Amino acid sequence: MSEPIAMAKQAPSLMPTTEQRSRLRRIRKFNDGLSRYGVMSAGLAVVFSLGLIFFYLFSEIAPLFRGASIEIVETYTPAQLNQVESDAIEYLTLERYEEIGASFKRSGAVNFFNVVDGTKVLDVSISRAADADFTSLATSTPDHGLVAYGYNNGQVSVTKVNYALSYPQDKRHITPSLVFPLGETPLQLDSSGAALTHLAIQETANGILIGAVTADQRLLLAVYSSSENMITGEVSLSQEVFTLPPLPQGSSPVAMQIDEVAQHLIVATDKSQLLLYKIVDPTAITRMDPVAVSGGKITAMEFLVGTASLVIGTDKGEVSQWFLVRNNESNIYHITFVRAFDALEGAITRLTPEHARRGFWASDDKGNIGIYYGTSERTLFLDSVGDKPIKQIAISPIHNRSLLLDDTNQLLVADVWNKHPEVSFSSLWQKVWYEGRDAPEYIWQASSGSDNFEPKMSFVPLSIGTLKAAFFAILFAVPLGVMGAIYTAYFMTPKLRGIVKPSIEIMAALPTVILGFLAGLWLAPFIENHLPAIFSILILLPVIMLITGYLWSRFPDSVRNRVPEGWEAVILVLPIILTVWACVAASPFTEIWLFDGSMRQWFTENGIDYSQRNALVVGIVMGFAVIPTIFSIAEDAVFSVPRHLTQGSLALGATRWQTVVGVVLPTASPGIFSAVMMGFGRAVGETMIVLMATGNSPVVNFNIFEGMRTLSANIAVELPETAVASTHFRVLFLAALVLLALTFVVNTIAEVIRQRLRQRYSNL
Amino acid sequence: MKKLTSKDSSWFSSGSPWIWLNGGAVALCMIMVIGLLGLISVRGFGHFWPADILQTSIVDRSGQTHIIMGEAVRDEVIPAAVARDGGYEIEPDVELITRHLFRMGNRDISGRDFVWYLDIGMKPWDYPIDAVSIERREWGNFYGYPVAIKEGDTLVSELTSADFWDQLNQRLSRALDLHAQIHRIEKVDIGRINKRMDDLRLDRRRLELDGVSGAALASADVEFAERRAALEAEYAIVKKMRDDILGQATRDKLLVRTADGKEAVIAFDHIVRVTRSNAMSPAQKLGQYFERVWEFLSDEPREANTEGGIFPAIFGTITMVIVMSIMVTPLGILAAIYLREYAKQGTMLKIIRISVYNLAGVPSIVYGVFGLGFFVYILGGNIDQLFYPESLPAPTFGTPGLFWASLTLALLTLPIVIVSTEEGLSRIPSTIRQGSLALGATKAETLWKVVVPLATPAMMTGLILAIARAAGEVAPLMLVGVVKLAPALPIDGNYPYLHLDQKIMHLGFHIYDVGFQSPNVEAARPLVYATSLTLILLIIALNITAIKIRNDLREKYRSASD
Repeated sequence: MSEPIAMAKQAPSLMPTTEQRSRLRRIRKFNDGLSRYGVMSAGLAVVFSLGLIFFYLFSEIAPLFRGASIEIVETYTPAQLNQVESDAIEYLTLERYEEIGASFKRSGAVNFFNVVDGTKVLDVSISRAADADFTSLATSTPDHGLVAYGYNNGQVSVTKVNYALSYPQDKRHITPSLVFPLGETPLQLDSSGAALTHLAIQETANGILIGAVTADQRLLLAVYSSSENMITGEVSLSQEVFTLPPLPQGSSPVAMQIDEVAQHLIVATDKSQLLLYKIVDPTAITRMDPVAVSGGKITAMEFLVGTASLVIGTDKGEVSQWFLVRNNESNIYHITFVRAFDALEGAITRLTPEHARRGFWASDDKGNIGIYYGTSERTLFLDSVGDKPIKQIAISPIHNRSLLLDDTNQLLVADVWNKHPEVSFSSLWQKVWYEGRDAPEYIWQASSGSDNFEPKMSFVPLSIGTLKAAFFAILFAVPLGVMGAIYTAYFMTPKLRGIVKPSIEIMAALPTVILGFLAGLWLAPFIENHLPAIFSILILLPVIMLITGYLWSRFPDSVRNRVPEGWEAVILVLPIILTVWACVAASPFTEIWLFDGSMRQWFTENGIDYSQRNALVVGIVMGFAVIPTIFSIAEDAVFSVPRHLTQGSLALGATRWQTVVGVVLPTASPGIFSAVMMGFGRAVGETMIVLMATGNSPVVNFNIFEGMRTLSANIAVELPETAVASTHFRVLFLAALVLLALTFVVNTIAEVIRQRLRQRYSNL
Repeated sequence: MKKLTSKDSSWFSSGSPWIWLNGGAVALCMIMVIGLLGLISVRGFGHFWPADILQTSIVDRSGQTHIIMGEAVRDEVIPAAVARDGGYEIEPDVELITRHLFRMGNRDISGRDFVWYLDIGMKPWDYPIDAVSIERREWGNFYGYPVAIKEGDTLVSELTSADFWDQLNQRLSRALDLHAQIHRIEKVDIGRINKRMDDLRLDRRRLELDGVSGAALASADVEFAERRAALEAEYAIVKKMRDDILGQATRDKLLVRTADGKEAVIAFDHIVRVTRSNAMSPAQKLGQYFERVWEFLSDEPREANTEGGIFPAIFGTITMVIVMSIMVTPLGILAAIYLREYAKQGTMLKIIRISVYNLAGVPSIVYGVFGLGFFVYILGGNIDQLFYPESLPAPTFGTPGLFWASLTLALLTLPIVIVSTEEGLSRIPSTIRQGSLALGATKAETLWKVVVPLATPAMMTGLILAIARAAGEVAPLMLVGVVKLAPALPIDGNYPYLHLDQKIMHLGFHIYDVGFQSPNVEAARPLVYATSLTLILLIIALNITAIKIRNDLREKYRSASD
């Protein structure tokens, strides 16, 4: 305490005065408190921030498992919508900025209105022949946005909404208009002039296809293709009309759809049957056998985005999804039932697919709304929004708002939260039947260049990849690490141990990126070219070790006595190096003798898939990375077995090895187990080695000669490229949480076992 | 076969075979460790040795002769079947063939850099004395013969003239000098002017955001315009200077001929080095060896990181580790002191302690995910809103960068520092503590003047382990701020000198990127070995420095603890 002494020098008395002492006491007390609360707050902050990792990851993934919610923000009857019964709204849409809605009416009037208050933005109308009356309306998938009107004189009009964006004075202004891809004048679809009772329209690579059912029950398919004259620049439109085989006797159509690839036309009938027409070649259209739909009469049928799957609603409120599945042998598509969703109360009045993803909405005649998602088999929302039947649903392309129209022409404007419908427990961990596949599968393929891509996010391939990599690594590391630890702790001379232990432990500090690089660029090609060497080394090394040991025991004592006990490892170095060298040198000859010159090819011929960067390479290199962890902890456990136990055993006449098996191992086994657990934990989370030493293809098998994709490598590959807060982004966070939980549990078990063991030793 | 004697069977029943097997496991581990370090050292150090340039020719089965010139990279023996699969026609009685990998350079002329050739039909190798390898700034190496030197359009010297090599070297060092000047102007002067221009733009935007408008804004605009004009004038001068030097640099040209007789012209300002390795003595080669090593350590990368040096990566790694240490040391030590000295010992603390210990075993990628989501997007996004609204929507801290990389690594290494410090604190005999308290010291005085100094070596150990882990960690950094090519170093002469928001290069990521993402893996391979070696040496150097500090401290406090 230098301060009081310094002060004392100035004061006349050698002792500090009372006042000085009390001041000093105050300062010291203050400092004591400062230190206490300073350290406490810093310490708690650190503990808190480490805990924050868990909470943050949870908060990031929580929205994934939240369902959808709807909040009705406005209810009104817009002036233009309040019309006579005969001019009902047949179709309703909402644009991507969620400001302007459009209603298509029977009369051909199209009203654009401001969504918030229903004020008029623009009124246009679709021209038709003077004597024509509305008979039917059809729409294509929402991406194309085509609307077709059918009339009682066999004519059709096709239109499409277009929104032009401009930014006068830096404010967004949307100008809606109608465009007519096939011209403004109606087209004569049915030459005989019969009324078109049902329509279907789709934009395909072959042009616009329109399917129609006439009042006299004929099925027609019209193909419209426009071509530009190279010289005059004139656009000419061609129309070809084909007649389809008729429906089975006695059934009449309810709904009709055409797919985007112009291959199939599907008709739902009032007999609850689905009829598939193959229209690949319109001159030879064939009809497949009808497929029965159970659960009531079909009331609505729509394609989901991509037109590879259908959703069907019935009068009993049942909602189900159906695929066009290709039979691998006959190459023929069949309509196949895939999954059913939670049913609505009343009869389904309307099914509306969402834009750009596999979701859809359903409404019934009792005022209920259901929001569903195909891939994840989720019912996100199922509730009543009013007591009147909902006639029309419009969903905006960004899914945040929707318009609902009930049969009293009341418009409900709903704000929607439905951000992550793509993921559910079943889609992550169970087999899912994806579009275009012939059976349910585990697939990880989260993104693709195509717009209509169905994200396939199953954790199973990634988890299997993680376990596969860790399994082979452990398989390689445990024998070496544990046996090495037993030898180093129990048999090795202390001098050697002083060198060996730190050297192996220093491997733990070796950056794994270097190991990964060596694995990918050096070891993988080496193994591919020296496959026989790898197997012969595996078999020969233990044999050579035993032979060396045996020969050593037969050496004359004069030689043996020069080398003290505990140097077996050093004696073995040369034989091991020679064996490895011999195996590698003999490898090409072995290949010629046994495998016709190439073992790799021999694998392929025998039906074993082989890829250069495979689980064998990962096992060896990641095993190498895990050895120090296992070695270090196991060595500690074996080394701290109390000496009196082993000495007692030796004194009773047991050999050194018998002592190890009978006394040391049973005592140290929890420690060794905990070492293996720690090693496993490290292998599970290792990223760089698997990223660099495997092909990163998410396969679902345990073939040692194929690669894998692990959870950690998947995060490293995909996270930098995903959009923030997207479903994919959050799923990757979930993968991180799964990893965190897995390693945390494994490490905690290992740690608890280790502490128990320490207690046991101190009791002994 | 002889029957087993009792000695044999006792050898087996005694369990000796198991001991030998266990011993073999240790031997194998050691062989792998030493072999791995040896492999990296040999490949890494070997990269810089000037290789001889060989010339040979090979006759293929159609009777055509190909002339090969370049460096022999490696060769291997393969079963003939493999070569047959590769489309080669080989006599049926041949079972094994040697194939050689040649680095033939001349990517701009032949389009093939590395080529495998089978041994069959190959002439003996020849090492022509005049053959040179020319390291260029673009298109990789050139292998061939120099023909003449041209200054503008006039021929200055030809290969046959006596002063040819002197002329070549003189003009080359002149060109290199000019290139260095241009580089300096571009990086330092133009970089500074650009930075100030950008600052001006941001200043004006900030004024707007602060609500300054009308006359005040107009007067500020006048001032801004003046400053901008001054900067533009300065820029014009610097640019003129640069263009002048550029004009001088393009003066000389080297005429060259490839081994198969194609002529080409290489401007001197595109040449980095001309090596006539076949004519060099071992001493000269050694000289160039060290020159190349130095260049590797001090230069910037070229050609998508497959050539040149790794200085920015070394610099980035060290800067990041230092920033991390500054953050992790006080936090880790305070947390450990809290857990050991102040917190109430009980079940809750036990759980906290096990959790903290276990966080050391959590996969590093998880920290990366946390860093990206929480630090970069949430913290960084808010910092941008509060302090850098003028540059939005371009993010300043709302994007991966040095600070977030360091902070993520600090979080990752926090458990290591805590565990190690706590261990140090727990080893201090309670008698020392009690002695201090008995003399009337407060708890804080005992802690800071007695206990903590004694535990310093343990804290240093923790920091050492943390640094060793951080320097080699790559996976989380890929998410939070490390890039393959950073435009500038994180520390430079422009205010605020240390740019925490900048993206950095990192040795570990460099290895991953060059080894696996580069278009020319074969050319990059030696560089990756050299980079790996640098990283290993750096980690060992960091460790040794820290161990030395720890030992010194231990010495210093030994008397205190006795």
